[in-house]
Amino acid sequence: MRSTRIDPRIILSGGVIAVIGFAALAAPWLAPYPFDQQDTGAILQGPGAIHWLGTDRLGRDMLSRLIFGARLSMAVGVFTALLAVLFGTVYGAISGYTGGRTDNIMMRIVDFIYSLPDLLLIILITVTIGRGVFGIFLALSLVSWVTVARIIRGEVLKLRELSFVEAARAVGAPHRRILFRHILPNTLGVLIVTLTFRIPAAILAESTLSFIGLGMAPPFASWGSMASEGWSAMKFYPHLILVPSVTLFLTIIAFNVFGDALRDFFSPSRRLG
Amino acid sequence: MIRLILHRLVWGIPVLWLVATATFILMHVVPGGPFDQEKPLSPEIRANIDAKYHLDEPVWNQYLFYMRNLVRGDLGPSYKYIGRDVTDIIRETFPVSMQLGFSAVLISVAFGVGAGVAAASRRGTWVDHAGMFLASAGISIPSFVLGTFLIMIFSFKWHLFPAALWEGWRYGILPSITLAFLPTAYIARLTRSSMLEVLHQDFIRTARAKGFGEMHILFKHALKNSVTPVISFLGPLTAALVTGSFVIEFIYSIPGMGRYFITAVTNRDYPLIMGVTLVYAVLIVVANIVVDLAYIWLDPRMRSRGSSSI
Repeated sequence: MRSTRIDPRIILSGGVIAVIGFAALAAPWLAPYPFDQQDTGAILQGPGAIHWLGTDRLGRDMLSRLIFGARLSMAVGVFTALLAVLFGTVYGAISGYTGGRTDNIMMRIVDFIYSLPDLLLIILITVTIGRGVFGIFLALSLVSWVTVARIIRGEVLKLRELSFVEAARAVGAPHRRILFRHILPNTLGVLIVTLTFRIPAAILAESTLSFIGLGMAPPFASWGSMASEGWSAMKFYPHLILVPSVTLFLTIIAFNVFGDALRDFFSPSRRLG
Repeated sequence: MIRLILHRLVWGIPVLWLVATATFILMHVVPGGPFDQEKPLSPEIRANIDAKYHLDEPVWNQYLFYMRNLVRGDLGPSYKYIGRDVTDIIRETFPVSMQLGFSAVLISVAFGVGAGVAAASRRGTWVDHAGMFLASAGISIPSFVLGTFLIMIFSFKWHLFPAALWEGWRYGILPSITLAFLPTAYIARLTRSSMLEVLHQDFIRTARAKGFGEMHILFKHALKNSVTPVISFLGPLTAALVTGSFVIEFIYSIPGMGRYFITAVTNRDYPLIMGVTLVYAVLIVVANIVVDLAYIWLDPRMRSRGSSSI
């Protein structure tokens, strides 16, 4: 019997994700000010009644920048994860299903990319294709899919030996049909969990890039670049760095906890127990 | 054993050649060069610079030139630090990064394994919950956020450790902890789950029946059999430390290779970017050899079988 009680971790982390997702979608209506509007009378203010989270050195409202930053982070996270999962799934599925020599070669390539430091790879790619939104998004996806490919290949290897696949093969179903209609739908749980874990990984990578000055160019409000701007003034204006840092940490941990809870939910041991 | 090492070292050469070629191509398809500034240089000066760095020759010649020098251990002149060779810069900055990396490895293995064993042996108690909560946090916290918190508390509030630079062991403490935090969390999780598996096995019950002490069982019998996932993690750990060093050296103003790499990317100092990338490639190859050797050392059955991946 599946337990009917909902995991409290799902509610808690899902709530955080919902709030941030809503902020990202409704940013222009939710933010009290435009993200690049300067209030020259109120530069470097701490949190207060007019600017709830204070202002930065150009007098821009921190809360508004934070909300618009959510838009950027979520977009980067979700789209990178989707692209990585799409490509990684097809690659991993083909590799695992075909097996033999092809599988060996395809997985060697994946292992090679996997063993490289991801940030190094991302930086080298953005050096080549440029550091716009598109460049960063593409670089992140190009690095991210290998993890997905490995996971899906493992699943397909397991599934392809099961009797329902054998039955499909026995009635003469073509390979493509077996792979896409019989095997892949059964990896859905794993896919959703993988997708959930790719989102915070992408958000983390983007913010780290922006923090070290190799990410999105200003005046874009990215949580990483906001933290970077606050870094040098950390001693006297701690709110500049604390606001984006704490938000970033909360977002990433919410996604990771959500992923953990989903994995427990989809794992067979729980389904039986 | 020695044959295996030699075999793997020989295999490392084509890998490095591949990395060198790939970065060379990447750096040369980039539109614009390091000397394209907002104010264009006069054609004569530009021609002189191009001639000095062989940029006026066909790309193919530049490639051969670079490779020939590479074999001799010469990575060429830096475009930005005039008069300095990339090899010199790396020779200066590499030891700094190595010190930082090694202390992070020591911290993460000691604390990660310790926390994992403690959590597994007291499964379900507050020790377990606290340890695993910290591990989840450790995986989720960006290193620059952690660095911010550490500096605010330990440097600004309590004045215990300096917030930046690299002038003695006290300067290394906060950066090492920041760099080690993520790997520690990973190792703790890995150790805990594989310890839990091993602790259910028959030989552990036998050891208990024989009346060995709990510590002896945990560290002598269980840990040695559950350390394999941690060993496999040493490869990714090296990669993680490289990635981490970019950020850590940047935020603590440490004159290491990672910080020079970031500056080189900003300045489009291509020879320096390529040189540092190659050093990282060597590090990864060496780390993978070390992982293989560790497997053999831990599991005598592997001795006859030889190597695993890459």
